[in-house]
Amino acid sequence: MHLLVLNVLREKMMKTMMMMVMMAMMMGVAMGDIVDKTCKQTPDYSLCLSLLRSDPRSSSADTVGLGLILVDKIKALGTETLGQINMAYKTKPMLKKPLDECNLRYKTIVDVDVHTAIIAIKGNPKFAEGAIVDAGVEASVCEGGFPKGQSPITGLTQKMNEICDVTRAIVRMLL
Amino acid sequence: MTKEVNSKIGVWLLFTLIISNYVVDLEASHHVYKRLTQSTNIKSPSVNQPYRTGFHFQPPKNWMNDPNGPMIYKGIYHLFYQWNPKGAVWGNIVWAHSTSTDLINWDPHPAAIFPSEPFDINGCWSGSATILPDGKPVILYTGIDPKNQQVQNIAEPKNLSDPYLVEWTKSPLNPLMAPDAVNGINASSFRDPTTAWLGHDKKWRVIIGSKIHRRGLAITYTSKDLLKWEKSTEPLHYDDGSGMWECPDFFPVTRFGSKGVETSSFGEPNEVLKHVLKVSLDDTKHDYYTLGTYDRVGDKFVPDKGFKMDSSAPRYDYGKYYASKTFYDSAKNRRILWGWTNESSSVEDDVEKGWSGIQTIPRKIWLDRSGKQLIQWPVRELERLRMKQVNLRNKVLNSRSRLEVYGVTAAQADVEVLFKVRNLEKADVIEPSWTDPQLICSKMNMSVKSGLGPFGLMVLASKNLEEYTSVYFRIFKARQNSNKYVVVMCSDQSRSSLEEDNDKTTYGAFVDINPRQPLSLRALIDHSVVESFGGRGRACITSRVYPKLAIGK
Repeated sequence: MHLLVLNVLREKMMKTMMMMVMMAMMMGVAMGDIVDKTCKQTPDYSLCLSLLRSDPRSSSADTVGLGLILVDKIKALGTETLGQINMAYKTKPMLKKPLDECNLRYKTIVDVDVHTAIIAIKGNPKFAEGAIVDAGVEASVCEGGFPKGQSPITGLTQKMNEICDVTRAIVRMLL
Repeated sequence: MTKEVNSKIGVWLLFTLIISNYVVDLEASHHVYKRLTQSTNIKSPSVNQPYRTGFHFQPPKNWMNDPNGPMIYKGIYHLFYQWNPKGAVWGNIVWAHSTSTDLINWDPHPAAIFPSEPFDINGCWSGSATILPDGKPVILYTGIDPKNQQVQNIAEPKNLSDPYLVEWTKSPLNPLMAPDAVNGINASSFRDPTTAWLGHDKKWRVIIGSKIHRRGLAITYTSKDLLKWEKSTEPLHYDDGSGMWECPDFFPVTRFGSKGVETSSFGEPNEVLKHVLKVSLDDTKHDYYTLGTYDRVGDKFVPDKGFKMDSSAPRYDYGKYYASKTFYDSAKNRRILWGWTNESSSVEDDVEKGWSGIQTIPRKIWLDRSGKQLIQWPVRELERLRMKQVNLRNKVLNSRSRLEVYGVTAAQADVEVLFKVRNLEKADVIEPSWTDPQLICSKMNMSVKSGLGPFGLMVLASKNLEEYTSVYFRIFKARQNSNKYVVVMCSDQSRSSLEEDNDKTTYGAFVDINPRQPLSLRALIDHSVVESFGGRGRACITSRVYPKLAIGK
């Protein structure tokens, strides 16, 4: 009797587990679809995929939600760049002037542009688009302030512009 | 002046330059700055303000966007506008309010409409004023509710005996129109109610901008009392592929003449009316209009042949111009157009200077004799600001020559030029593929000599021309061996400033004029804005520039 009950129980568990695995697989396919479809419409498909898939919210997000995830990435990258700018004051003190300018520009990205994008994206997306475009401009102008080859943040500037391009493309789908 | 024998072009120049020395609202500005420096957590705007305009509508500080509810009541003009009381970017939007007796000089009042009820607690967005048959005004506007849904509300003056209509009360019946499961309206794409108009059945109609996926549409609602509204089954008009329709405007114009028509008018006996439908397209950030007829039975707008309500439609203004709105000025029997021009500077610049956004000079608007386009012209009241006049007559401008105008406050001037062109037959033929005037102007900057031209104005120019903005014409032949011409008007900001972070996009427009007649160009120059009118209002281009050298004297 003991063995029979155990066997039945094990079968039930297996069936439930199989169902769960199947459901997870189905959800995985659906998740790939929305993110995949959206990213295909942006200028950098692989960057878009990697940015969105790294955030668990992307599996159940609509276009607004995906846009907000990317705005978060802009904020994080901007904050990281501010940190690098701060460190550069010590390692490259002769670049104080362009570093000051970059400090202002990146503070605008993180404190102003990101905030505008977040409040505007749902109901008035053109203002979110404008803020994201501006983030790219601020980053480029900051970079342009350094003498050629002396920017300590060239890689980060490039990344910011790439992320802004992808984010902008997604926000434009809401217009 | 040496006589150039080998020049291709001779241009006769009749040149009238008028200077405006009037500065508006200086006192209000000072007042606000005092308060700002006392506040600890808001960064004070820079004291140095080379870009604030002298005669364009703008609040003393902070962000402004759409003009709202323009109207006239008891002889006083009202302009409301989207304003952020807290900063120089969009957000915390309220209806700020100013009045004027001449559309040029304005008195500010406290905000008329601001979040206070569930139906607008998250924002008081754009809308319009409707004057009732008894003369009383009401405002319909978009409110953002606690769920961040877009709904339509009504407000009326609290005290009609206040000539400035400072205080407004909101109906407890609000929201009057809202998205729900039955009407299937997209809750984040339902905004900007127009001025309402009366139908033959004595019912009011209003349209509200919306979209369904990529279909832009003007949703129609009807009402007997402006309080209880019913959604019509069909929109007034729609277009697949144009995206969200913001700030729609729908109004009648007379087929002939330049007088205005009241929004509900059916026209005088023997008077033919046309109708204009205008939308702001979210997608392209431009304002477009179409001419057509209003089918009052089916409540449908029928565009004239050749007009489609999408980005192929003509624009009011081919530069930085959006969210425009007209109103009927009953005092002077004209229709007036307001439009918002945002900044071409970076957000960092805007935060530092402490403001963002201006309105263009209000323009009278009417249907051209040809019936094929609208004409706009700055309201005549602007001319009262003119003081010192500089006249230049009959100057010949040969190819590659420049004529400097002296005795002008270069940053604040009203310029009118008439160009008489010779040797039209020497114009190059336009390439058949050149259908976008903006591309023609961008690809061929001022140094390229092609077609006939360029000829025009260089404004806000520094001493050695390190910085300048140029507004000019080019003339092309329409086809080989043709006696028809194509006139292009360009506004070139590419060298407007040494500042790197400005938007220096070049703008262009076709001007429907016959170059055998003198070509007219008017430019309103006002510190950081150049508002240009080609062909006496046939083509308008507004641009924003921020020179670093060409400021002050």
